[in-house]
Amino acid sequence: MSVNILLYKITLVVYLTATILFLIDVLLRRTSLGKYARGALVIGLLVHTATLATRYVEVGQTPVANLHEALSFFAWMLIGSYLLLDLRYRLDSLGVLVCPLALIMMIAAGIIFYEVPNPNPMLDSWWFPVHVSLAFAGYAVFTLAFLAGIMYLLQERMLKTKSFSGLYYRLPSLDILDTINYRCLSFGFPLMTMAIISGAVWANQAWGGYWRWDPKETSALVTWFLYAALLHGRLNIGWRGRRAAIVAIIGFIFLIFSLFSVNMMSAAHNFESFKGLQ
Amino acid sequence: MNILVVGLSHKTAPVHIRERVAFPPTAMQEPLQQLLALPAIAETVIVSTCNRVEIYATSRDAEGAVAQIKHFLSSFHSIDADELEPHLYDLSGSEVIHHLFRVASSLDSMVIGEPQILGQIKTAYGYATEYKTVGLILNRFLHKAFSVAKRVRTETEIASSAVSVSFAAVELARKIFGQLENKTVMLIGAGEMCELAARHFVNNGVTNVLVTNRTFERAEKLAAEFNGRPILFDNFTDHLDQVDIVLTSTGAPGFILEHATLEAVIKKRRNRPMFLIDIAVPRDIDPHVNSINNIYLYDVDDLQEVIQANMKERQKEAKKAEVMVLSEVDQFHQWLGTLDVVPTIVALRTKFEQIRKEEVEKTLSRFSDLGKKERKAIEAMTSAIVNKALHHPVTLLKQCSEETSCDIYVDAVRTLFDLAPPEPEEEQCESHEEITAERIKE
Repeated sequence: MSVNILLYKITLVVYLTATILFLIDVLLRRTSLGKYARGALVIGLLVHTATLATRYVEVGQTPVANLHEALSFFAWMLIGSYLLLDLRYRLDSLGVLVCPLALIMMIAAGIIFYEVPNPNPMLDSWWFPVHVSLAFAGYAVFTLAFLAGIMYLLQERMLKTKSFSGLYYRLPSLDILDTINYRCLSFGFPLMTMAIISGAVWANQAWGGYWRWDPKETSALVTWFLYAALLHGRLNIGWRGRRAAIVAIIGFIFLIFSLFSVNMMSAAHNFESFKGLQ
Repeated sequence: MNILVVGLSHKTAPVHIRERVAFPPTAMQEPLQQLLALPAIAETVIVSTCNRVEIYATSRDAEGAVAQIKHFLSSFHSIDADELEPHLYDLSGSEVIHHLFRVASSLDSMVIGEPQILGQIKTAYGYATEYKTVGLILNRFLHKAFSVAKRVRTETEIASSAVSVSFAAVELARKIFGQLENKTVMLIGAGEMCELAARHFVNNGVTNVLVTNRTFERAEKLAAEFNGRPILFDNFTDHLDQVDIVLTSTGAPGFILEHATLEAVIKKRRNRPMFLIDIAVPRDIDPHVNSINNIYLYDVDDLQEVIQANMKERQKEAKKAEVMVLSEVDQFHQWLGTLDVVPTIVALRTKFEQIRKEEVEKTLSRFSDLGKKERKAIEAMTSAIVNKALHHPVTLLKQCSEETSCDIYVDAVRTLFDLAPPEPEEEQCESHEEITAERIKE
């Protein structure tokens, strides 16, 4: 077994531990377990980082070249950005959503889609790691905004209708959830902007044209406009709370659409297409 | 030694009985010392609150002790014993341990999870130590109860949700605004509930208070109390856009805040959320206001519903606490069981070993020409005799330590072999030893 696979398995086990701890913490309200869950998550992230590093060394290119690698890389970004956000806001209720999500992606990546890509000369450019890192960081941050948005809508509904389920006691305040929406937007939007720009520059180098209206590019642009509208609404017309949460949720649906389904139509952003373009 | 409790609580006695049996906190010395003077009582603590009066005690004669405490209660408070009897309960053994752990953890309280009871038991224990009516067992028992209560409080959320109207309002505000620092509260009208709620808000971080009233003097007076600002009633709506939390309780017959007014206010606030609490009956705020985005309107009934939900949540947490308490009961009960037995066995062995050593030395000093091998054989043989002779009594003592009848064996062994009384485990026990010694003399 290669070091990479061993590390991958360790990462899975540690993330599983963190997930279980978060579940007990939030569902059974044993809040004292929160710090252990976070500890496990930090360890998991470090092992995960080592996993990605060994994969980079083994293959010789940034490990985002097939679906397995992309899912693993996304989970890594997601956990990382959650932990950064958590430093300030201490959100066990977000952790209990992020952890299983990352875990499922890791399991899917490890079992169903496991594959080691061959080095691809097309990806042998400095723009490749820059472009995908920016894009995935943006995806991760917007995923957090999406989760916070759902939590906001649930909590807001309970406060409005005055019917309180067990969720009410577990969800954070509306103010914190709305602040997260804003924070994620103010980090995610520049990341996405830079991802698009770096992609354009790379495309110009590789294919001799900045923009080709490839379906991926088009849908990314539409999503970008949506988030731009939300940012503008927040800053200038006092959009907040429920409306901001809903836009973050719609934005995320667009994002998922452009991340997965468009891959089937796009010529340049399809993992299979990397082979064809060699 | 048996541990027992005699008492009554809100579950067994109405208030007119409880108030007659209560012990005033200023005069605890007399009842405590009278109790200790009873022949069957070795140690005692009186817990007396508005919801319960309980006398905890240890005794070698549990039945006698219960009867004596019951008699004491009726004679001390001059209540007919027959009148008191149906309200009293008495428990002994592990049931007492379970009971006190539950009481201290606020699982037996009228409002589950209320925080006062632990303090009240601590005070009761304070009096008992002050007047030296507690010894080894109750000391350990009460301390254990405190730690169980602390564990329940930290490891469950039993006390985390509000069960009073004004606290429920503060908690809801926290769910909306996160922190309450730098938030502004406006009081409209001067109802008592309103004032109480405002006080809770101020205690929980709210810094700015605006007060308005039809009579401006009253607004001024109330504003002074909260270090706030009085506002003229005629144009109070002009200030609403700076206000995060509104508390109303005017005697107005109709609505003083309409849908259109608040729609304009929230627009002016650029959708920053508002929490409106309408405590007035008839209501002051048009209920349709709740449909405006980012406005949360609660009336008295809504707050009551929050409290109901919180109560349910507390009960869920209480179930977890019950499991915790049960595990602690077993642990303490076992300690209590082995309490007398273990030191007795140790004393018994020490005594026999001492005799053996003395006799072996005597014998060996007469036969100075014995070799190392022979000496060793004599040592081994005498040790074997002691071990075999003690085997059965020690096994019996160890076995019986789970049963209540053990006291008889322990007592017999101590008397037959003239064993010294066990060393007290803690400093505080000395007082107990002195007291019992004195009483034995009498």
